[in-house]
Amino acid sequence: MAHTISRRDFLRLSGASCAAALAPSILAGCARPKVDENVIKVGVMGPYSGEVAQYGLAVRSGVELFVKQLNAAGGINGKRIELDIQDEKGDATEAVNVYYKMMEDGVVAIIGDVTSTPSIAVAQASLRDNMPLVSGSATAPDLIKYGHNTFRTCITDPFQGRVMADFAAKQGYKVVGTIYNSGGDYEVGVNDAFVRRAQEKGIQISRQEGYAAGDVDFKAQLTSIIATKPDAILSPNYYQDDGKIVTQARELGFKGAFLGADGWANIVGGEQEYASAADLEGCFYDSSFVSANDAANVQDFIRAFNDEFHEQPTNFCALGYDAAMIMFDAIRRVEEGGARPSETEAYRAGIIDAIATGHVEGVTGAISFEGTGDPVKSTLIITFENGVEKIFDTISS
Amino acid sequence: MTFLTQVLNGLQLGSIYALVALGYTMVYGIILLLNFAHGDIIMVGAYISWVAMASLGLHPAIAVVLSIGGCALLGVLIDKVAYAPLRNAPRLSILITAIGVSYFLENGAQLVFGADAKVVPAFVDAPNIVVGDAHVSVIAVITIVVTAVSTAVLTFLVQRTKLGRAMRAVSEDMGAARLMGINVNTTISFTFAVGSALAGIGAILYSMAYAQATPTMGIMLGTKAFVAAVLGGIGSIPGAVIGGLLVGFAEVLVSAIGLSVWKDAVVFALLIIVLIVRPTGILGRTMNEKV
Amino acid sequence: MANEKSTNVAGARPEGATATRARRTLSTPARYVINTILVVAFLVIGDLMVSGGAISRYQGFVLQQVGIYIIMAVSLNIATGYLGQLPLGHAGFMSIGGYSCAIFIIRVSEAIGVTSQDFINGTPVCGLLFVVGVVFGGLCAALSGLVIGIPALRLKGDYLAIITLGFAEIIRVVMLNIDTVVGFELTGGAKGLIGIPPYTSFLNVFAVVAISLFLIHTMMKSRHGRAILAIRDNEIAAEATGVNTTYYKTFAFVVSAFFAGVAGALYAGCIGVMAPARFGFMKSIEILVMVVLGGMGSMLGSVVSATVLTILPEALRAFADYRMIAYAVVLILTMIFRPQGLMGRYDFSLGNVIEHLMNGELPWARKKADKEADANA
Repeated sequence: MAHTISRRDFLRLSGASCAAALAPSILAGCARPKVDENVIKVGVMGPYSGEVAQYGLAVRSGVELFVKQLNAAGGINGKRIELDIQDEKGDATEAVNVYYKMMEDGVVAIIGDVTSTPSIAVAQASLRDNMPLVSGSATAPDLIKYGHNTFRTCITDPFQGRVMADFAAKQGYKVVGTIYNSGGDYEVGVNDAFVRRAQEKGIQISRQEGYAAGDVDFKAQLTSIIATKPDAILSPNYYQDDGKIVTQARELGFKGAFLGADGWANIVGGEQEYASAADLEGCFYDSSFVSANDAANVQDFIRAFNDEFHEQPTNFCALGYDAAMIMFDAIRRVEEGGARPSETEAYRAGIIDAIATGHVEGVTGAISFEGTGDPVKSTLIITFENGVEKIFDTISS
Repeated sequence: MTFLTQVLNGLQLGSIYALVALGYTMVYGIILLLNFAHGDIIMVGAYISWVAMASLGLHPAIAVVLSIGGCALLGVLIDKVAYAPLRNAPRLSILITAIGVSYFLENGAQLVFGADAKVVPAFVDAPNIVVGDAHVSVIAVITIVVTAVSTAVLTFLVQRTKLGRAMRAVSEDMGAARLMGINVNTTISFTFAVGSALAGIGAILYSMAYAQATPTMGIMLGTKAFVAAVLGGIGSIPGAVIGGLLVGFAEVLVSAIGLSVWKDAVVFALLIIVLIVRPTGILGRTMNEKV
Repeated sequence: MANEKSTNVAGARPEGATATRARRTLSTPARYVINTILVVAFLVIGDLMVSGGAISRYQGFVLQQVGIYIIMAVSLNIATGYLGQLPLGHAGFMSIGGYSCAIFIIRVSEAIGVTSQDFINGTPVCGLLFVVGVVFGGLCAALSGLVIGIPALRLKGDYLAIITLGFAEIIRVVMLNIDTVVGFELTGGAKGLIGIPPYTSFLNVFAVVAISLFLIHTMMKSRHGRAILAIRDNEIAAEATGVNTTYYKTFAFVVSAFFAGVAGALYAGCIGVMAPARFGFMKSIEILVMVVLGGMGSMLGSVVSATVLTILPEALRAFADYRMIAYAVVLILTMIFRPQGLMGRYDFSLGNVIEHLMNGELPWARKKADKEADANA
């Protein structure tokens, strides 16, 4: 018992630690946000730690690049843009915490969230406040059904599933098997939409195999799928899993095509190559952004991104960049209309209206909204040649 | 042919689980601790391989030695720093410490290496063996052989050597072993070294088969192997192997019949059923409670 | 608070110090009245501060989570601290409570035409829905606790830990895939259950916290509570003295699951979405850490550590990158230097404190008296 601290000391200690923990939040409550008329404060939220941190960090870098360029060009209406960046670890609870914190900090709009479930939680919470919300990457269809204040710059899961099913029909595939992460809303969403559309088009879905998040061995499922002799396999997952799936399927002797969605972006071309060039021959996925795109604005973006972060931008970086573009285009028009950030309610309502009528030439294609929060934009079918991505086809909305 | 391929899939998966389960079993056998950090030691081993080969460009053989040695060292270090001060504390405290170590390793790895997966280069460049329709992966064969050899060596070590006898004595009764002149702390350290070296071998086989290292890769692998160890009877070497293969085959079988989304539920249901019928696992010894 | 007898310093100190005059005591009704007044005052003041804006919406929201995790920690403490078992599947009960309450409220409010806005305004029918929903969530969790507890409690120690972990994982997989089996949208599968009406507020969350703490406290003070503690201290001896150990173990486990379900029900309304991935093994561990850090068998410990561990990550936002590592290090260090947890088995009783004050037994006075007693001995 020599090392036991006396109980009273301990109570004192824990009381002190409680107080220490509470103090910052209480102090924060006392300091009411001051509205600085020369600064436009916009919130940016996403997962910057935890299991999905790579996507959040990528989106954030795109937003930061855009704002840096904007501020360098004199900001909006002579006002500087200030970002309030908060981590939500990919968790819905933390995302709503962050949302309320940003409300308290007096942001005029929020760029976020990154993944679907936290984004929906924030969309539900923001409805009451009429807070403009632009997500660069949350693809779940339900995101925009809560209110007119929520927008996204990416294409949705069902849209991607339909695009790839149409593509499969065009390629003349008769039998297709699917393998998807059954614990992920994105993967399930694309898979379901693909299967529905493919069956309408007369493609036989020979086998649908799920796997759990965190699985690394897909051989059992792939063996079952390959036994049905499919022309193609749909793998609408994120690139790390896709890499393993392609490699293992090739190992099991599968020579057909692979179809994927924009989760494939970054499978090659980044810091790591998740599948070999030989294995990637005959793989197709859809995405709005690819470095191989020759368009001038895309190449400018890639160059600026390289200068800023010394690495290649991914699909998520581009989506973040476009989300910022939509948001600040709207804010610029609101500012030009003479609105003042100090009249927060009206200012926010103005931004929402401006986004809804906006049109920008983003690096992920031209984006506009026609009455919903979903963008009207084109998408690209991307394939691989000697391990390098290249545009195979362009699908207009 | 599909059937044979699936059997091979089951054997490969089961072998990796078995190898990791052996590490759990050894540590549990000697200090009755569910070493939650065991899966994370594998993660560290995979990162060591990645650093050695991808960053430093070392020969794969050196990477293998570094990974196994690094894991063994890490295991001993964890025991000395986090578990040894708690030898006489309540069991639950050590368990929480193990969880703390696991959190520490996962978040530390994320801070150092980032959340994105690192691709571990191939250790061996071996094409598939094609038998008729079936593709037999050389890596699968290597995995199965390495696990079999490791198990044999481990069994010899525990059953036939002096150190092995000391380990069994400590596991039987720590106090009595000390009275018989066994250096208990050295023996425990040795057990951690062996168990973690097995994790190192597991890390190599894992990297060979799946080629990616992520900070959270140890969680799933650790949980499954842990289930395997308990299923076979924790503390028993043949039990761990049987448990590992059983879990591997169960997963493959469930996937093969088209119920892959229920795979994890079936594995845990299997565990529950075995524990209800045989409360200490398939080969576990039943212990009589003292009054 | 069940252990105050064994750890209460006043009880353990030498009798000689105060034996000279009759000890003044507080009657049980008086204790109840004092505590009730304080709880009501706390709720009313808190609610006024929330509606008046002294507590911002952000702080109010974090406080709701504090309340939810207090219930989680205290309910796990029944199984861990009082019963002496180690279940690792507490998050499973939380998810069952959350899903069942949320589905119930969504379906019923659709059927009777109650909107989200009504919940924000707090109409009487919403109050009724809240009470019924939370109790329903608790009962569903308790039922699953019964189904899981009967086989699981046949096992001991680590095996019980593993089997409960297994059950929780099965619950998670079922929540994920049940929709394809039942053929209609029930849990929403991987995309989660969304659009849950915001049926919680500071007031009703902390009212539930107060009621839960009161119920658990009185249970532990009763015959049933003493039976549970007897099982923890020595199962065989308890059985020999006629305690029906199987019954009481299951009972404690079911009560623990019930309150976890209640907490889950509050969680669903607080966050507005339920996703199965959030109720995995790590969540169970998170709650276990709260209980162990606070001190197993101490209700005060659970409350304090649940509060601190919920607020701390928010307070440490600025150090985002390092906060999980710091958490891990604190966990390891606490266990090494204080394996019995912060509070050990100590519990706080306001009544006893007042009694001490009434008798003039102040902390410093006590120290002096103890010293004198030591000197006499």
